[in-house]
Amino acid sequence: MSKIKKTLDNVTILFAGDSGDGIQLAGGQFTNNTAFYGNDLSTLPDFPAEIRAPIGTLAGVSGFQINFGSKVFTPGDNCDVLVAMNAASLKKNINKLRERGIIILNTSGFDKRNMRLAKIPDSDDPFDNFDLKNFIVHKIDITKLTRERLQNTDLEKKEIDRCKNMFVLGFIYWIFNRSINSTIIFLEQKFYNNKNILNANISVLKAGYNYGDTSETFSSRFDVKPRKMKKGSYRNILGNQAICLALVSASYKSKLDLFYSGYPITPASDILHQLSKYKSFGVRTFQAEDEISAICSAIGASFGGNLAVTASSGPGMALKTEALGLVFMLELPLIIINVQRGGPSTGLPTKTEQSDLLQAVYGRNGEAPIPVFAPSSPSDCFLVTYNACKIALKFMTPVIILSDGYIANGAEPWNFPVITDLEDFEYEFKKLKFSEKFNPYLRNENFVRNWAIPGTKDLEHTIGGLEKDNDSGDVSYEPENHQLMVKIRQAKVNNISNFIPDQKFSSGSTNSDMIIISWGSTYGVIQSSINELKKNGYDIAHIHINYIVPLPKNIEDILKYFEIILVPEINNGQLIKIIRDKFLVNAIPLNKIMGIPFNSHEIVNKVKSLLN
Amino acid sequence: MKNNNYNLKDFANDQEIKWCPGCGDYSILKQVQSILPNIGISKEKIVFISGIGCSSRFPYYMNTYGMHSIHGRATAVATGLKSSRPDLNVWVITGDGDSLSIGGNHLIHLLRRNLDLNILLFNNEIYGLTKGQYSPTSELGKTTKSTPLGSIDNPFNPISLSLGADASFIARAIDREPKHMRQILIEANNHRGTSLIEIYQNCNIFNDGAFSKFTNKDFKKNNSIYLENNKPLIFGDENDKGIKLDGIDPLIVDLNDKNISVEDLWIHDQKSIEKANILSRFSDINYNYSKFPRPFGIFFQKKRKCYEDEMLNQINFNFTEDDLNKLIAGDLSWNIK
Repeated sequence: MSKIKKTLDNVTILFAGDSGDGIQLAGGQFTNNTAFYGNDLSTLPDFPAEIRAPIGTLAGVSGFQINFGSKVFTPGDNCDVLVAMNAASLKKNINKLRERGIIILNTSGFDKRNMRLAKIPDSDDPFDNFDLKNFIVHKIDITKLTRERLQNTDLEKKEIDRCKNMFVLGFIYWIFNRSINSTIIFLEQKFYNNKNILNANISVLKAGYNYGDTSETFSSRFDVKPRKMKKGSYRNILGNQAICLALVSASYKSKLDLFYSGYPITPASDILHQLSKYKSFGVRTFQAEDEISAICSAIGASFGGNLAVTASSGPGMALKTEALGLVFMLELPLIIINVQRGGPSTGLPTKTEQSDLLQAVYGRNGEAPIPVFAPSSPSDCFLVTYNACKIALKFMTPVIILSDGYIANGAEPWNFPVITDLEDFEYEFKKLKFSEKFNPYLRNENFVRNWAIPGTKDLEHTIGGLEKDNDSGDVSYEPENHQLMVKIRQAKVNNISNFIPDQKFSSGSTNSDMIIISWGSTYGVIQSSINELKKNGYDIAHIHINYIVPLPKNIEDILKYFEIILVPEINNGQLIKIIRDKFLVNAIPLNKIMGIPFNSHEIVNKVKSLLN
Repeated sequence: MKNNNYNLKDFANDQEIKWCPGCGDYSILKQVQSILPNIGISKEKIVFISGIGCSSRFPYYMNTYGMHSIHGRATAVATGLKSSRPDLNVWVITGDGDSLSIGGNHLIHLLRRNLDLNILLFNNEIYGLTKGQYSPTSELGKTTKSTPLGSIDNPFNPISLSLGADASFIARAIDREPKHMRQILIEANNHRGTSLIEIYQNCNIFNDGAFSKFTNKDFKKNNSIYLENNKPLIFGDENDKGIKLDGIDPLIVDLNDKNISVEDLWIHDQKSIEKANILSRFSDINYNYSKFPRPFGIFFQKKRKCYEDEMLNQINFNFTEDDLNKLIAGDLSWNIK
């Protein structure tokens, strides 16, 4: 049967349903398929904080959004396609759909029980409760079609119903003119020891695909343009995955064993899970009894000469604070990753926010500057983490990496490197030269002290959290010495600005109308906003800061060219405080503190209001 | 086991020792420095990790590797060090406040994991460095700066706590019995697994005489009992008292009584967790055995797998660069030409 084909630049699909509906799996499968097809893409999973939130309720809605096409910066502001498996998921997400967008509804999810659980008034036609006139609506009884397809199997009703995500996936594959083979291969791996479930899933996947062909309801299929990408090898990557791969690579290139210590916390736990699978790559992982032990054990491992790493999220970082001061004072290398989430306190564990910046930069007792780096996207996590390891080892310092939930769980294509192309490490374990007197706090030209690890003959020494004498390394309470030591430790961190890349423009130049300064996961949305503004004749400069402590040396020069400086952040204004403090400029904040990323129109509107 | 021709002085350094004159810490330092030449381990392989408190200054006075870390966390630091460097000989130096109050959590988790290291818990039943507040081992009713009307906190019994946390080597020593302490230190170091030694240590400034019951020669023999494996439990001025088990109830018996013979006595068995549990409650006022002598020596010892060995068993270091490239590429990758 022939149907009309349309070609599109970009499409955003939101899969939504109950958290038991297999939404994340369907979304993940579509993502892999899309990447393989050659589209650029960006994804945003949105799941409830509760593992098994009450079925059918608004609290239990799980979502997976993917934006794909020829050029993609964000998971998309508004959706072109919304799949709603039940009433609650439609109620929660209908406002995200653009006008004339497509809604695919599973009609069984709108029965009286589901309507009641979604707190929607009872009526003869449940869809009367939704304002659907501006959308293209396809009502399909997915539950019923799935059951009919599997009626002759031995599966229980519960098992049958769990296959309905495959119907949706098959149908979406059909709409976007895709092959279902990648998912069949995936299913064969996942259910290799359960043929009944495997066959059921494949059967329903095909049923969904064929439904597109045979039903008369859908008159057109879409082709979405692939991205013109530069030559190279690509894969899909999530932020937390990229961090793990960078750590393993850094361990290999530095010839140091990797010791990772963590305590379970959302959204950082996946780093612990993934590294635990890398034991065949010489990785030691330690699930500590608490956040304090996680960082302290990593400090012990660093003292022993390992590449030591710990990760957490905001509340866990708060607990690690005292030990951060210790490792700073010991001047040992350590990587501390904060996958930020909504705060304060327990806050919004599964939502994104970039509100731990000031905690990372300033949150310690005493004068304790620690380098702070922030990746801008899932794939950028690799380079930033790898560089953090390099800086930590070269300068004998802890380095904090600020990721966030949006980066951690978002996916995008990644032009991945091979190991030989990665930069080498610069550090050395101290060995005693003939007739030399050893002092653990003797420094090189970059103020970096000796790293002498236990097991090295004749270099026995004790380090600690007490202030030490600059000459001997012994404990010292001398007033002048303390001031000197504070200044030296600050100078050591400041000096790192000579070893990080100069700040580059992501868009625009010193001649642009104004400048946007950003950091972390807002990179994509700001880039897409600037592209939109460009179409309207605006010339906006953009610098996205990866290295926050110390800042690149040339930022001050860049800012001199601009009267209007906008700092959008997913917090109540944190980088802006640092910018104002360092450069005495009148930066303007744009803040969103809703646990979700910016929409590009929010940035666009703000820029327009500043320029008009 | 003596090798390397070390002597005590090889483990001392030129740092001025800043403990108060007369502090029990001096004795512990000396006993540790005395045994290290005889344990057959090269000096550069030995590491002392401490937390915060008077006792935690210990690593500064040792000519070995050391770290003076933060309050309560020495056990956690040592866990990371030992699990990543099983070749090192690691000692944790801690006090009653450091390990049982602020660091209580890490202590019990280290004991259950059973890394092969030694914990020396200096128990002076007081906070010394902060100038005299009651500690988690101070007795009920104790008046201190922070308990002018007497402590209302029931104290921890460190031996019982360690038994509860499944420690594999648990012993008690006292600063004033150096020879016995050295023996216990050597036994602890020989044990594969986490060894916990509670060492009574007199703080002559803030809690002087806390352990005089066990050190004053007029009555120490009646108040303390020294445990020896496979030997009967005998104590008293003239070694004239014994302890007998009646079911699970211990009884003090008079060895001068003609109806009692040494054969009837409780024979100490370091492998018995049941007996160790009863022993740990001797002279504990919360239990029926408060009139019993306080035991010193090894309460319990058990062979158990060490965490760092098990960790290593799961790890493979023989991978190629190609393996790593494959890991980075993942299961699903594509080329743009």
